[in-house]
Amino acid sequence: MNSLRRIGAVTGKELTQLSRDRVTFGMVVMIPLIQLLLFGFAINTVVRNIPIAVVDLSGNAAARIITEQVRVTQVVDIVAYYDTPAQAEAAIVAGKVRAALVFPQNLMQRVTSGQPVGQWLVDGSDTMVGSALLALRTMPLLLGAGAPPGAYQMTGPSFEVALFFNPERRSAVNVVPGLTAIILTMTMIMFTSIALVREREHGNLELLITTPIHSLELMIGKLIPYVFVGLIQVTIILGLGHLVFQVPFQGELASLAIVTLAFIAASLSLGLLISTIAQTQMQAMQMTFFLLIPSILLSGFMFPYEAMPVAAQYIAEALPATHFIRLIRGVVLRGASASQLLPDIFWLLTFTLIMLTIATKRFRKSLD
Amino acid sequence: MTEPAIRAHQLTRHFGDVIAVAGVDLEIPSGQIYGFLGPNGSGKTTIIRMLCGLLTPTAGDVSVLGLKIPAEAEALRLKIGYMTQKFSLYDDLTVAENMHFMAKIYGLRGTQGRARVEHLLDRYGLLALRDRMAAAMSGGQRQRMALAIATLHSPTVLFLDEPTSAVDPENRRDFWEKLFDLSDAGTTILVSTHYMDEAERCHQLAILETGHLRKHGTPTALMNELRARVVEISGPELRQVKQQVLRLPQVQSAAQQGLQLRVLLRPDVVNAVQYLGGQLANSALDITMTRPSLEDVFVASTVGGTGK
Repeated sequence: MNSLRRIGAVTGKELTQLSRDRVTFGMVVMIPLIQLLLFGFAINTVVRNIPIAVVDLSGNAAARIITEQVRVTQVVDIVAYYDTPAQAEAAIVAGKVRAALVFPQNLMQRVTSGQPVGQWLVDGSDTMVGSALLALRTMPLLLGAGAPPGAYQMTGPSFEVALFFNPERRSAVNVVPGLTAIILTMTMIMFTSIALVREREHGNLELLITTPIHSLELMIGKLIPYVFVGLIQVTIILGLGHLVFQVPFQGELASLAIVTLAFIAASLSLGLLISTIAQTQMQAMQMTFFLLIPSILLSGFMFPYEAMPVAAQYIAEALPATHFIRLIRGVVLRGASASQLLPDIFWLLTFTLIMLTIATKRFRKSLD
Repeated sequence: MTEPAIRAHQLTRHFGDVIAVAGVDLEIPSGQIYGFLGPNGSGKTTIIRMLCGLLTPTAGDVSVLGLKIPAEAEALRLKIGYMTQKFSLYDDLTVAENMHFMAKIYGLRGTQGRARVEHLLDRYGLLALRDRMAAAMSGGQRQRMALAIATLHSPTVLFLDEPTSAVDPENRRDFWEKLFDLSDAGTTILVSTHYMDEAERCHQLAILETGHLRKHGTPTALMNELRARVVEISGPELRQVKQQVLRLPQVQSAAQQGLQLRVLLRPDVVNAVQYLGGQLANSALDITMTRPSLEDVFVASTVGGTGK
């Protein structure tokens, strides 16, 4: 009986403390609520609206009819038209489209002889997207609307498919570069937020702010070591990924360094902002996790970005991890150079600047 | 007398509905050790934080070394040293690492910085402890290190917030020796404490209670003001005598100290011994006049200390 009373005493004390820590208490309710709603609606393994380009070398009306039939499947979303397959390939490398449908010059001849009518050039690095597009290979085509029935008979698959970047369709190829984003999100945000909150909790900050050090000096000084931590982590993940999982490395090291540094900067500045909000290390950790879960589930790491509803895509766009996953897959798997990926890099740098500005404003050199 | 090192006028600070400091006026002369004596929650820490620009006053003016605070706080940083109430150095750094880190923050570089650190390690008896982690040091050692660090850049004004609250009496005495050395060298020292013996060592003293400055002056002057108001009663059954004494309208407080009952009377009593003798009418009691202590001053000048 005494033992039960003591357990009860500890439980009661714990509940009292929990109810007083408003951030923790909020997290207890908010994490399941928001995350459930978000992911219940957002997670969808049926991929739709994959952005593709069309290259029509035939100039024939049949190309438009076939294109329209591909479009109504809703699997793809035609976002661009190019004149040459080379342009389409460049767009795939730059990550503007996931695939391109190319109609050859001899399209009519192929239609009449029942040969595949076009070729899909597919970015196969994401196996889920690749599978969705592969499924189109045998889609039935209705040609010659208005022509007598039986004027066109399919004998084989409707399209040929060329899977780029991951022809064996191995998941590791796509997962390993994405994992750098997840691990960096976790460590960079958590390390920085905790490192600063710890100084406040231990009273170090009270002393430091009476010294001539400026807030910005203090912050930059605290962040620099973590830049190296981040670079070491990326090296380990990609190095081991290459050695153990045979993940190809198509890009240039300089581009890899640029996109990685942009993401490290964004994550560190986010951690800095958290450190100005969180009062305890526990709170800093919880806020990090609050950001980490969507970074895993919505960023395109686990499920293709295209499979999510538009609202979830907006949330994903706000997460640095989404942009970095695009960047690092572009560099590592598709051999894209930093100059081809400017929008996402620019986004990360803008994000860094905004976070740093808010964090510096919030972190005043006083205890008020 | 030169310009005071610290001047505050109607200094006030609210935290929400709580008034932590209420209209305090201060004038702290250069080169003196000035004490803040008061219980916990009397506003000592809040005043110190406002004086070094860590907290913005709700109302009132502060100037330290002629600089307006908090507006010119940044210019003051190099001229002040601050020792926080809670140990605020790095537990997971050694003594030498902590000192070198702070020396660089204060802009002491290269050989000059190293020489300064060595000098202070020696002066504060930390040479043997230089490679000891701060976490593994005793309360007294930590305070010596904190003082060494607060004086790294030879500040003109030192703020020490209850520096010896976790220190044994012997180390406390050593610590105060160092403070007098600094004071002799011209440093103005503002030190808060709730120890009477420490307060007595200060050149001047301010008695604080619930954010109000109750009294200030030199310890001797403050004690002299109470002359003829403090008596000691010895004899049998002092517990009962105490109850009896406390019922008298002219008695402000009574506290037993060993075999004596120490009684503080209100200022309007002309002859304390005669008054008490007449009121108690107990020939077994021996009633004598005694020298007032700082504790008597504290009790006499605070509302909460009446003992009634």
